[in-house]
Amino acid sequence: MELAARDDRIYLLVGDLGFGVVEPFIQKFPDRFLNMGVAEQNMTGVAAGIALTGKTVFTYSIANFPILRCLEQIRNDVCYHKANVKIVSVGGGFSYGALGMSHHATEDLAILRALPEMTVIAPGDPFEAQAATRAAAEYDGPCYLRLGRAGEPLVHASKVNFRIGQAIRVREGDALTLISTGAMLRTAVDVADALAAKRISVRVLSMHTLKPLDTDAVLAAAQETRAIVTIEEHSISGGLGGAVAECLAESGELRVPFKRLGIPAGFSAPPGTQEYLRDLCGLSQNSILRSLEPLLEAVHVS
Amino acid sequence: MICRAKSSHIGSVFSTVDILAVLYDKILRVDPAQPDWPDRDRFILSKGHACAGLYAALAERGFFPATWLEEFFANGGRLAGHATHWGVPGVEASTGSLGHGLSLGAGMALAGKRDGLSYRVFVMLSDGECDEGSTWEAALFAPHHGIENLVAIVDYNKIQSFGRVDDVLGLSPFAAKWESFGWGVCEIDGHDHPQIELALSQIPLMRGKPTCVIANTVKGKGVSFMEDKVLWHYRCPDAEERRLAFAELEGK
Repeated sequence: MELAARDDRIYLLVGDLGFGVVEPFIQKFPDRFLNMGVAEQNMTGVAAGIALTGKTVFTYSIANFPILRCLEQIRNDVCYHKANVKIVSVGGGFSYGALGMSHHATEDLAILRALPEMTVIAPGDPFEAQAATRAAAEYDGPCYLRLGRAGEPLVHASKVNFRIGQAIRVREGDALTLISTGAMLRTAVDVADALAAKRISVRVLSMHTLKPLDTDAVLAAAQETRAIVTIEEHSISGGLGGAVAECLAESGELRVPFKRLGIPAGFSAPPGTQEYLRDLCGLSQNSILRSLEPLLEAVHVS
Repeated sequence: MICRAKSSHIGSVFSTVDILAVLYDKILRVDPAQPDWPDRDRFILSKGHACAGLYAALAERGFFPATWLEEFFANGGRLAGHATHWGVPGVEASTGSLGHGLSLGAGMALAGKRDGLSYRVFVMLSDGECDEGSTWEAALFAPHHGIENLVAIVDYNKIQSFGRVDDVLGLSPFAAKWESFGWGVCEIDGHDHPQIELALSQIPLMRGKPTCVIANTVKGKGVSFMEDKVLWHYRCPDAEERRLAFAELEGK
C-alpha cells in the first residue's frame, strides 16, 4: 500500500485470491488492480505486457499457482524480456499443509532458481518480509518472493537492514553454522539457542535471498566455523542446500562437514498442519537437534 | 533468407506476408528512428516461427539494415529462428512458444488505455495456436476489460504443424467462438490488400470491444507447389525449387 502510494507505476494482479487481504488496495488504487480470474498463464503474460510499458507489476496467488502453472510465461515473457514483474506466492512450503499435495509449495525455490534473470527471495520473518517486498519493488527486474501465510513468528526485534543477496547474521558462533531460508528461521534460531544453552556456539544466517546467493557469507562460515547445515522447508534437491553445496564444492572448501536438512525425496502424502508435516520431515526443533548430534560429535563439539 | 539459412516454416511465412506488408506500409504508427517511442503502435508476432517475414518487413521499413537479414539463423547472428527482441529494433516481444502473444499484447494495450495513450496493439496468431488454453484465457480477459485498442489477427490457413486443423483439433465455428467471447469479429481474405487495409483501418470494429480479424489465408501462398501443403511447414527449398518459386513470385 505504502509503496503503491509512493509509486504510481505499481500494479497488482491477483489470480482470484486475496480475500480479506487486497481489498484496501482495490479501494485505493482501482486503476492499478486486476483480478485476473483463475488464469495464471494469462495473469503472467499480461503482467509482462504491462511491465514492458514501464510499470512494476506484482502478481499474487498462493502456493504453486503463480509459478508452476505459468512457468513458461515466467521464463519467456518475464525473464527473457527482463520484465519488471514481482511474483508473490503466499503459502510457501507446508503453510497450507492440511490442504494436501496440490497446495504444498515444496520445489518452487529450485525451479525458479534455475531461471536466468530471476531473483529468488524467501524472507525469514515478518520484518524481513516487509523489507523484502520493498526491496523487490525497488529492484529493476524479475523477482520471486516466497512468503509464508501471515502470522509467522518474529525473529528480529525490529526492522532489519535488508539487502537483496546479503545474508543476515542472526546469531554469532564458531562451532557450527546453520543457514536457513524462509520461515525456517525461527526454528533455526531456536535450535541455536538450545545448543547455546549447552555451551555450543552456533552461527545462524538468514539466507533470505537464494539467488543471487551470498557466497561470501557461505565461505566465511566454511572458514570460521566447523560445520555447515542448511535448513529449508523445501525439497532437499536444488534449493538452499543445493545452492550452498554448489558454492562449497566449487570453492574447494570441502573439508567442512556439510548437511542438508529439508524435505526428503518424494511427496508428503498425509495432510497435516505445518508443524506436523515439518516434524514428519525432520524439520522440528527436536528432530533437527537429534540429526545434528552425529555431526557435532564428528567435529568434537558435543 | 530462408534458403541461405536452410530454415523451415516458409509456408507459414507466405501465409502472413500480405498482412505484414499492409500493416507496416499502411497501418502501424511506428517510427524506425524512435523504436521506443511510448505512444507507438505495437505489433507482436505470436506465431514466432514465421519471423522471417517480420524481420524482412522491419528491414524494409527501415528499423535495421537489410544486411542483417543475412544473419538469420546464423551462428552468433542477431536474428534467431523465432522472433527475438534482443538487439533487434522493432521487435516488440520474443515469441516462439505458442499461446503467449495475446496475453502480452493485452497487457500492453490495457496499460496504454489506462495511461490515456492512443496506441493500438496488434497480435498475429496462428490457427494452431488457438489450441492453447492460454490463448482463450486472454480471449476471455480482453473483452471483460473492454480493451478496444487490442487487435488479434488470426492467420487462418487451416493447416497446423502435423495436419489440417479440422483433423487435428477443429476450431469451427471459429468466428462464432470469438464473438461469443465478446470480440468484434470480421473475416477477410488475408491475401487481398484492400480488404486487409479496410479491416485494420476500422479499429475498434465495435466500440468497447477488442477486435479479432480472421484472415483466411493459404499456407505457402504465391508458390503453386507450396500452397496448402503441410510439407512446407518443415521443408527448405532446394536450388531448383528456389528458382521456380522466384520465377512464380516475380511473374506475379
